Amino acid sequence: MPSPLLLILVLPFVGSLAVVLFPGASREPATWITGVTMLACLVVTGALYPDVSGGDAVRVQIDWIPSLGLDFTLRMDGFAWIFAMLVSGIGLLVVIYARYYMSAEDPVRRFYMFFLAFTGSMLGVILSGNLILLVVFWELTSIFSFLLIGYWHHTQPARDGARMAMTITGMGGLALLGGVLIVGHIVGSYDLDDVLRSGDLIRSHQLYVPALVLILLGALTKSAQFPFHFWLPNAMAAPTPVSAFLHSATMVKAGVFLMARLWPVLSGTPEWFMILGIAGMASFVLGAYLAMFQHDLKGLLAYSTISHLGLITLLLSLGSPLAAVAAIFHMLNHATFKASLFMAAGIIDHETGTRDLRRLSGLFRYMPITGTLAMVASAAMAGVPLLNGFISKEMFFAEAVETHADSWLDTAAPYAAVLGSALAVAYSLRLIHSIFLGEPPESLPREPHEPPFWMRFPVMFLVIACLVVGMIPALTIGSFLHVAVSSVLGAATPQYSLAVWHGFNLPMAMSVLALAAGALLYLGIGNYLERSERPPLLGRIQGQRIFERVMVAISWRAAPLVEDIFGTRRLQPQMRLLVAAAVAAGTVPLLASGLSFGAFGNGTTDLAFTGLWCVGMICAVAAAYQAKFHRLAALALLGGTGLVTCVTFVWLSAPDLAATQLVVEIVTTVLILLGLRWLPKRLQDVPEPSGWLPRLRRFRDLTIAVVAGLGMTAVSYAVMTRTPPDTISKFFVEKAYSEGGGRNVVNVILVDFRGFDTLGEITVLGIVALTVFALLRRFRPAPDNIERPEQQRIQWSFDEAEPEVEAGATKAEYLYLPSVIMQWMFPVVIVLAAYLFLRGHDAPGGGFVAGVAMAAGFILQYMAAGTVWVEDRLRILPVVWIGGGLLLAAFTGAASMLLGDAFLTSYFRYVELPLVGKVPMASATLFDLGVFSLVVGATVLMLIAIAHQSVRRLRAAARLEEERRRWN
Amino acid sequence: MELTLAIAIGVLTGSGVWLVLRPRTYQLVIGLSLLSYAVNLFIFSMGRLRVGAAPVLESGGAGNPADYADPIPQALVLTAIVIGFATTALLLVVLLVARGLTRNDHVDGREPN
Repeated sequence: MPSPLLLILVLPFVGSLAVVLFPGASREPATWITGVTMLACLVVTGALYPDVSGGDAVRVQIDWIPSLGLDFTLRMDGFAWIFAMLVSGIGLLVVIYARYYMSAEDPVRRFYMFFLAFTGSMLGVILSGNLILLVVFWELTSIFSFLLIGYWHHTQPARDGARMAMTITGMGGLALLGGVLIVGHIVGSYDLDDVLRSGDLIRSHQLYVPALVLILLGALTKSAQFPFHFWLPNAMAAPTPVSAFLHSATMVKAGVFLMARLWPVLSGTPEWFMILGIAGMASFVLGAYLAMFQHDLKGLLAYSTISHLGLITLLLSLGSPLAAVAAIFHMLNHATFKASLFMAAGIIDHETGTRDLRRLSGLFRYMPITGTLAMVASAAMAGVPLLNGFISKEMFFAEAVETHADSWLDTAAPYAAVLGSALAVAYSLRLIHSIFLGEPPESLPREPHEPPFWMRFPVMFLVIACLVVGMIPALTIGSFLHVAVSSVLGAATPQYSLAVWHGFNLPMAMSVLALAAGALLYLGIGNYLERSERPPLLGRIQGQRIFERVMVAISWRAAPLVEDIFGTRRLQPQMRLLVAAAVAAGTVPLLASGLSFGAFGNGTTDLAFTGLWCVGMICAVAAAYQAKFHRLAALALLGGTGLVTCVTFVWLSAPDLAATQLVVEIVTTVLILLGLRWLPKRLQDVPEPSGWLPRLRRFRDLTIAVVAGLGMTAVSYAVMTRTPPDTISKFFVEKAYSEGGGRNVVNVILVDFRGFDTLGEITVLGIVALTVFALLRRFRPAPDNIERPEQQRIQWSFDEAEPEVEAGATKAEYLYLPSVIMQWMFPVVIVLAAYLFLRGHDAPGGGFVAGVAMAAGFILQYMAAGTVWVEDRLRILPVVWIGGGLLLAAFTGAASMLLGDAFLTSYFRYVELPLVGKVPMASATLFDLGVFSLVVGATVLMLIAIAHQSVRRLRAAARLEEERRRWN
Repeated sequence: MELTLAIAIGVLTGSGVWLVLRPRTYQLVIGLSLLSYAVNLFIFSMGRLRVGAAPVLESGGAGNPADYADPIPQALVLTAIVIGFATTALLLVVLLVARGLTRNDHVDGREPN
């Protein structure tokens, strides 16, 4: 039985997946899955009440990355409980509502999938017992909010609104992460309980202010507080159920939730008071002011939400426990009436086809029940007595009057409170008056009527809750609120009374004043509000416009500017920068610490070796010199250097390397030879660009090259002359036989000790081969390469000129003797490859070298007899070799896991093979066989893919020729 | 011997770098091949130069590291050689395809004006 906390968190995500995976386009299963999931979360959360009501938190801890202090900790106390109830409860109501709201054309499965995933993320934020985990879920809510706002992504406002919300809350989330990391640094733990215990430590720490600012940036952006409020009205492009759920009841509450959660730790300082006080007061008053002027019903509600969240922020800023109680209470009340208002707005939109307050009027006679419900909810929003909004607003007034700190902000608080409340009364009146009262509406898109009962039911349920809580608060919400409050405030929980009537006192007078002033204000300017285009005074200063300016500046001006300065589409400057940076990166540490040479050496000075390398170096320089005009010569010279390298490996006791280098040298040469055919002719008599600029460039490149070469000489000489330190080689030499069962240490390292690396390397090899193959499938050569090459044309013309020679005979007999020998060599090469492979574990050899040798054998056949001849007789399936090799290597490694050992553990013994004799048979040999097979496949695939181009092009050219003949 | 090899590594690097900075694709292929020789020899030389050291353990049993050539750089270089071939092939094919599409063999995809 999993822990109930885990269940609450996992259920929505599982439900989200179930919605996606459920077959068919029908909307009913998705709705039911979502509703049942919400109900299950609600029931499980509700059942946990006895556990949290005692005052202790329920915890689940699963190790995640313990070394970083990251645990998957879930924690539910009273505060988290009441929020989880709120989220799952309102979530359930919104699902019922959405069942009727979403139209048949909407892809509802996508809607419910995001909706459930969002619910899970939000529950994660609420239940996280680890700050980092909280940030993870916090970001998830931003992402799913983005997806839900952009649900109707075919409309421009939805895309813009989604992007804006994502940008603002995403930046806030980044800031929050920074703040959380600082808090974790101060406390030494990210565990929420540890953090909550360390309030004094955090507040007195010198990093308190940066941490506070960053965390509050996160909270204020999420809760759409001034000056980041503008994303919320734009998020109204979302479907109304989303607005009701995310942008009134839950996601925007995450910000104030976090502030309340960390209230015991961070509050009580002047910085906290100033930041939150200003942000909260500004949002409270400005939000209410701007709400009055909205013509879009949802826009009005959005600004009203900003205003009410500002009220909560302001309450939290005060730092008094009583204010915190009021804040928590108002979070619940606001969620109740605002969600019901949003759903009512959705009903009106749904039934009339418009949300424009100027077009709506007199709807009460068409939808009396919805109208009554909306009016009651609006009254709660305005703070009318006997409704829940009134009680928390009374508490707010009482706290605003109290003196908390000696500052202008505190002095202004009561006035701001009355002003904001009066404005709230005015916009609530406007909402009721312009929608439901007055003349019957004209020219509505649809004939208004009451919605189905179940669409109205969620609104009704919430409005009844408003009424009941508003009339008998102590009996209904009282005990739950107390559990929530005392879990946040702990010992500091104050005495408070939830009652409708406290007698005639100052808060009561303020309430009456606000109600009267708001009503008068609406009477006075109601008609003006209907006609106004934009709010006076503040209409032009729009955060949204600033945001758009900044976005345009960043994406359209700054980005191209940076690209112009630092970017180039030319490869040469990039290569130059790269090489110069590499040289600099090597030089700087050398300059900083100096370069000293040691006296170590192998003591031999061999003139032959020096002579050998004189040849090698001449080859290299000559290849560099000839690569432009004489490609074939450059290739031959390159091969010369390769052979010298190969001999060096023999000389310096590395026969494995020598063998590998030799066979790779062969296939590389063949590869480049095959490529030469597709390069353009380069004639030496074309004049080189002369002038001082190209010369200067070449001189610069030469300088870079010389500096790089000198640097490498110095560094490698310094390394070679120093006494070697103790390395892990010692381990490999000592254990190669006893643990790897092989005497060739290099091979044992490759297939046993570092087998996992080798597995990665052969995987890369396979991928590269497939990439080469894929690139060449649609290969289109330049037009001057489509024709047969010049040499073949000469042969053909010779055939045509001589009457007794058959066409194509010269080509067929070209290099006849060598090709016969090459064909005879095929079995020899196979035996050689097998020999190299089998001895690999005990003597120089192994899968790599054997594989390349085998591939060389195949290629020899192609060269000797031509592609067509070989493929008529021999089916090579390189992709099968690659896949089989990779699978064999991986399965050999995995086989040890069946026996309970780690991946790629090897076993070995000697086996007597008929004819061959005693052969070491380690399981590593099977692994090596996989390597062998993959190397064969990859090498052959690459070479054949290039070789095939000639055949394909010739056919294409022949077809072209044929058509030309037909038309002329 | 050390000095010879050090100079050789330097010359190979210099030639490789020079070619890598050139404008023709083929020069790039040859340059990278030369560079990979240099890098392989450099990594190999990390194990110091041993003439006549045994590369393979004498008999079954633990070997004395002082008697044998350093196996680690060898193991590194061995795979580097094979992977080097693969990357050379990839580079060559990319350049060939680019040549087919752009009709020239300049690394920038177009001839300078």
